[in-house]
Amino acid sequence: MSQDRPHVGLFVTCLVDMMRPSVGFASVKLLEQAGCTVDAPAAQTCCGQPAYNSGDRATTRQIALDMIEAFEPFDYVVAPSGSCAGMLRKHYPGLFEQGSRERERAEAVAAKTYELTSFLTGIMKMKSVDAALDQNATYHDSCSGYRELAIKDQPRKLLKTVKGLTLTEMKDAEICCGFGGTFCVKYPDISNNMVTKKIANIEASGADLLLAGDLGCLMNMAGKLKRQGSKVQVRHVAEVLAGATDMPAIAERDE
Amino acid sequence: MNQTPTSRNFKRNTAGALVNEQLQRALSNVPAGFVDKRARARDKLPEFDALRDQARDIKNHTLAHLDLYYEEYEAKVAASGGHVHWCETADEACKAVVEICKSHSARTVTKGKSMVSEEMNLNAALAEAGVEPVETDLGEYIIQLRGETPSHIIAPAVHLNKDQIEADFRATHTGLPPERNLEEGAALVYEARQILREKFIAADIGITGANMLIAETGTSVIVTNEGNGDLTQSLPKVHIVLATIEKMVPTLEDATTILRLLARSGTGQEFSSYTTFSTGPRREGDPDGPDEYHVVILDNGRTKMLGSDFQEMLRCIRCGACLNHCPVYQAVGGHAYGWVYPGPMGAVLTPSLIGVDEAGHLPNASTFCGRCEEVCPMRIPLPRMMRNWREREFERHLSPATVRSGLSLWAFFAKRPRLYRLATGFAARFLHLWCGGDGKLETLRFAGGWTKHRDFPSPEGRTFMAQWKNRNG
Amino acid sequence: MADPAKRDAILARMRQSLSVGADDEVRRKTVKDRIKAHKPNLVPARAQLPHKKQVELFREQAEAVQSTVTSVARDDDVPAAVADYLRSQNLPQTVRHGDDPLINKLPWRKKAPTLELNKGIADPQDEVSLSHATVGVAETGTLVLTSGSDNPTTLNFLPENHIVVIKAGEIRGTYEDAWQHLRKRDGERTLPRTVNMVTGPSRTGDIEQRIELGAHGPRRLHIIIIGG
Repeated sequence: MSQDRPHVGLFVTCLVDMMRPSVGFASVKLLEQAGCTVDAPAAQTCCGQPAYNSGDRATTRQIALDMIEAFEPFDYVVAPSGSCAGMLRKHYPGLFEQGSRERERAEAVAAKTYELTSFLTGIMKMKSVDAALDQNATYHDSCSGYRELAIKDQPRKLLKTVKGLTLTEMKDAEICCGFGGTFCVKYPDISNNMVTKKIANIEASGADLLLAGDLGCLMNMAGKLKRQGSKVQVRHVAEVLAGATDMPAIAERDE
Repeated sequence: MNQTPTSRNFKRNTAGALVNEQLQRALSNVPAGFVDKRARARDKLPEFDALRDQARDIKNHTLAHLDLYYEEYEAKVAASGGHVHWCETADEACKAVVEICKSHSARTVTKGKSMVSEEMNLNAALAEAGVEPVETDLGEYIIQLRGETPSHIIAPAVHLNKDQIEADFRATHTGLPPERNLEEGAALVYEARQILREKFIAADIGITGANMLIAETGTSVIVTNEGNGDLTQSLPKVHIVLATIEKMVPTLEDATTILRLLARSGTGQEFSSYTTFSTGPRREGDPDGPDEYHVVILDNGRTKMLGSDFQEMLRCIRCGACLNHCPVYQAVGGHAYGWVYPGPMGAVLTPSLIGVDEAGHLPNASTFCGRCEEVCPMRIPLPRMMRNWREREFERHLSPATVRSGLSLWAFFAKRPRLYRLATGFAARFLHLWCGGDGKLETLRFAGGWTKHRDFPSPEGRTFMAQWKNRNG
Repeated sequence: MADPAKRDAILARMRQSLSVGADDEVRRKTVKDRIKAHKPNLVPARAQLPHKKQVELFREQAEAVQSTVTSVARDDDVPAAVADYLRSQNLPQTVRHGDDPLINKLPWRKKAPTLELNKGIADPQDEVSLSHATVGVAETGTLVLTSGSDNPTTLNFLPENHIVVIKAGEIRGTYEDAWQHLRKRDGERTLPRTVNMVTGPSRTGDIEQRIELGAHGPRRLHIIIIGG
């Protein structure tokens, strides 16, 4: 570990980079508050899931190698996404032959890759955040974070320290929202059935704010909530934890 | 004589299923009927997850020694007076069954629930040979009346509601008084019980599946709740067992470990009402039981799965937990999958058995949410194997052209960070302007699949990486 | 009938896929040894209890799956318990049973003079059957019944009401205990023609996933524990 402050490579993820950079800056703020030095290496693009989940292993491998190279110098790799962190942590090693140099490198990067809230609570031992928000939030557990990385309590622990914030659990919080990357455009009608059920559970919770740790799921649920004319606001958990809620919520009109 | 698959039409099938109100109403029973009960059963057994590890290991060991366990098994079946029939294809297996029926001049056979029988399309073969097959599992009986196939591997009629079943009984049970009240489930169950009683007694041959075969003793096991399988196999003169090659376990103890998981995972029961171990035909001094005991062992492509990426699928014990927990299955039901095995286990098994050309949609129609693997008692990595199928499709250029070209365009940029920055920077700015401060788009030409059902959230305008570069020089 | 060429072809394909030869003695020994040892896997702690507690657990678990249970002190109390049960359910005082030594030696005429007993396999007209279980498994309140002239298998399924007697001493903790009992009784690598594990009365969830009792097998399962 370099000096006392761990050097964190922020893997901002392709969706946050392009759609909602404020989540990236919120992540930086939280990591710095936790005592890390943060950099976002310019060579990063995407974790490669679009190729990986479409069966294009060769492209996935090339992208993975670029990503491994970009993040090798850091003490930790942190992403504001369970899905993308899960890709590096759980799937990169398997892309390369057992015993190969690439496999070794992939395993080294995998071992130091974390999703944001699990890194803050588990590695940096963050107990509370300095933020306030007077809303009633419900939390959706995104599939990869929940099932691949066992992320369930970590974001909730921190959210409970946000002043003024109430946390109300929805029914079936850990059931898929129907996003699934390219799934939602390849099978839009099935995806719609799933997100419709999810929206019903969100609305039934009585919360006025929906939070999650993955922007793909959030865009899916926000898009459906807005289409149905719902008043529920949608944000990435990092925005709330960092007190960065002055931006309009996802899919909300500019103030 | 495989059933004609419609898996190729998965999208069309699902479109119908999603707007079928009867189906959607019936599927809404799945969470309380299965999911909640499984969770309670798991919570009551602290060793549940450790048992899953052992069950996985038992099956892995068995599959690695499958040829030898079959040698042991067959010798024990022969020693107990039973017969083993080896069949490579569904057709051969149908022929073996029909031959046994003919040799006994059988007119009717009763059947316990068997997915292998569905895979063989045995009922059609029997009917063609002039033998009347009577399904006796209540769900199977109902769908046989309707001329349908099962939509679930343990709850064949899960796609139906009470009013539909009542209508079917009224249409087919001549002699059922119109004034008889059949509104309650119990009344429907009683009605079917009365009708099927006569069939059990009249049957010449009983056919069941097998949840397991045990090498130690040459035994077949069936697990049921209704008792129909037991009446099927103990009243007629001949009992025929249908099993595919992966049903083998080494010992009674190994079978026991798997049984501790089976009902808990499937129906959420601690143990099913009836678990029956059958070893050979009636013995000297036995006052009841079949005079003949036949086991039809079917390969139908499974030996090719051994040693392949898909070997682990052969651990499946057909509990149905992956179907019950799958949000896609819960949305579209089983028939949409277009062949015998629906849900996540079907998405992996079906391409192995009928080809990925026909069943290519199935492993693609998953969000990889991972709930199937989370609940699988045999710890089968279903998402990983669905991905393996996608890889096969990609290698063989079976994936749709639009997907391939979209993917290669994206990959071109993703592999070139500088160009990628330019392209994403442009797209973010363009989409932001397009939204005009409204926060979202209601239609988006290149993402019609998205905006058909939901709005497209606006990007903030500048990418993170561009701003980061400015901030940090 | 069975075609040996098909058998050999399928076994050969298994070996080919597994990349193994037919003459691998190490594999063969592994298989023989495993069958011979039939080692129990993980056995849940739930039923690993002193015998008295196992009997209590058996009863509790049986009732949890809608079996009804009564206890009697001695063998001689069984006839009255059967007659009482039939009266309480408004059932005819007619019972079908097999040639079970325990059932045969009970003082039926003396203790339950109104009861009509018929011996043999189940007849479709029979409303009530009586069996003697070989083993009771406390873990899930499961009865293990084995085929033979003493307790014909059809008695377990055909009548709507099934009464089963079991001695408290025949109740054990786990399924593994039942297998060990049968091996001790009948020998290694063999089972009775039919072993029925019965856990509660017949049921179905096939109509809208709601449980209804009495699908095809008995609607009522009544257990009489002797000495429990």
